[in-house]
Amino acid sequence: MENLELQKTANEIRKGIVTAVHAAKAGHPGGSLSAADVYTYLYFEEMNIDPKDPKKADRDRFVLSKGHTAPGLYSTLANRGYFPVEDLTTLRQIGSHLQGHPCIQHTPGIDMSSGSLGQGISTAVGMAMSAKLSNDSYRVYTLLGDGEIQEGQVWEAAMFAGHRKLDNLVVIVDNNGLQIDGKIEDVCSPYPIDKKFEAFNFHVINVEDGNDFDQLRAAFKEAKETKGMPTAIVMKTVKGKGISYMENQAGWHGKAPNDDEYAQAMEELKKAGEALCQK
Amino acid sequence: MSEVKKIATRASYGNALVELGKKHDNLVVLDADLAAATQTGVFKKEFPERHIDCGIAECNMMGIAAGIATTGKVPFVSSFAMFAAGRAFEQVRNSVGYPHLNVKIGATHAGISVGEDGATHQCNEDIALMRTIPGMTIINPSDDVEAKAAVEAAYEMDGPVYLRFGRLAVPVINDKPDYKFEIGKGVLLKEGTDVTIVATGLCVGGAVEAAEKLAADGINAEVINIHTIKPLDEEIILNSAKKTGKVVVAEEHSVIGGLGSAVCDCLSEKMPTPVCKIGVNDVFGESGPAVKLLEKYGLDAQGIYEKVKGFMGK
Repeated sequence: MENLELQKTANEIRKGIVTAVHAAKAGHPGGSLSAADVYTYLYFEEMNIDPKDPKKADRDRFVLSKGHTAPGLYSTLANRGYFPVEDLTTLRQIGSHLQGHPCIQHTPGIDMSSGSLGQGISTAVGMAMSAKLSNDSYRVYTLLGDGEIQEGQVWEAAMFAGHRKLDNLVVIVDNNGLQIDGKIEDVCSPYPIDKKFEAFNFHVINVEDGNDFDQLRAAFKEAKETKGMPTAIVMKTVKGKGISYMENQAGWHGKAPNDDEYAQAMEELKKAGEALCQK
Repeated sequence: MSEVKKIATRASYGNALVELGKKHDNLVVLDADLAAATQTGVFKKEFPERHIDCGIAECNMMGIAAGIATTGKVPFVSSFAMFAAGRAFEQVRNSVGYPHLNVKIGATHAGISVGEDGATHQCNEDIALMRTIPGMTIINPSDDVEAKAAVEAAYEMDGPVYLRFGRLAVPVINDKPDYKFEIGKGVLLKEGTDVTIVATGLCVGGAVEAAEKLAADGINAEVINIHTIKPLDEEIILNSAKKTGKVVVAEEHSVIGGLGSAVCDCLSEKMPTPVCKIGVNDVFGESGPAVKLLEKYGLDAQGIYEKVKGFMGK
């Protein structure tokens, strides 16, 4: 898919995120929006998947370790055709298949339940290990928050993945710089993130702008070409990307827009979409 | 009288895995630097490519097992009960229990019979913890025969299973031609009319011995082996309680949240019956030889015998 198409798709996915969180009156827009472009790249360009056969054995796997940004993943899956986009407005409602955090048993396309931070990466490592055991060719991708890597289990998983040389594993860190209580470097700094993964025997790719498809394309290409060690893609992103009043605001980590804010967000995305169509 | 054969159920676990591994290519075993102690070393020797040592990182190991299970293989995760159920509780709950994955947890060194290592490693809380996880099957085998059967049955069923094993060699009591293991089915070991002794794991052997001593005193005790704590065989307990009107529960676990609590949950709702719980009485353990500890904490045959006598007012 051309970059322009990816950008248009990401814009639609952002509309789905804002719509879902607004309808739920709860949820996590900030980290969903910062990762909207990487979700788009993974599901529309990178991964071997089939929305008509979500459980096909040789599919690439994705584990959303930062499970609270489920609205981003749900919107991506809906736009990719796993389930109707209309379902997004049922987010977090009783009886909905769209739980507050991803659930493998409820939602088509979800490869693992996640949301308790630090646990998703271990399960992704398990999937990658399993592929190695039986010489399967699928690849495994997992997305972590930069606050999430404060969890010790992340480094247990990283140590194992490096030790086992799991080159079918790509760990992506969404480095938007903010967590609930503020800037990550003020709360409990995980920096330098790249050097930490290097020390755990990862091939590390720093992406200066994780909301840029050229840079994402180059990073995932390099990851695929990397043999003998797992890859960590540490991508700088903008939390709340695409909605002016949400960008770089920790306060929008886990808060839903009210009706006025929602209208403004959708207007901004509509204009962004129109601008893309004129390119 | 010939010497009674004694085998630790942790050894049964390792041996059963080897046998199952021969039959099933999709069985993998995970350890956290304790393969020698959990006795999965025999599996590692036989199938090195299917044995995954995760290092001293139980929480990660539980997650790796969950990930492996999503791909159709059947992981047996091995560690001490303290670390499998204790340290990794939330991983078991969220990465295994909630997605209801086909992960088998082989938890060895349960209870105070760990012995010399003392309280930090003597897990008397694991059954309580695991009981609270929806969909978790909990099996606490009483001897070598039952432990091997339990491992095989756990492999055959779909869904998470917590298997509880001990470090101490215990007498083989189930080597009978008619022995049959079925998950969720209690075993009536001795019929009686005066009191029901419900026992699990290492306490089953002690309960049978205690019943013999009680018989000599004119007390006719019924003995039931509950190897599956969840789902609980309520029928066998209710039928027995109806007959005897008194129930004693014996387990090498805290009196809070274990089989004793499970039996009380059942009886208090369906047939209120006086219950006496024998277990670790809300205290931490301590270092010492396992047999001496079981004696001190009243979990051996003599301890069960005395407690039942007191409960019967004799």
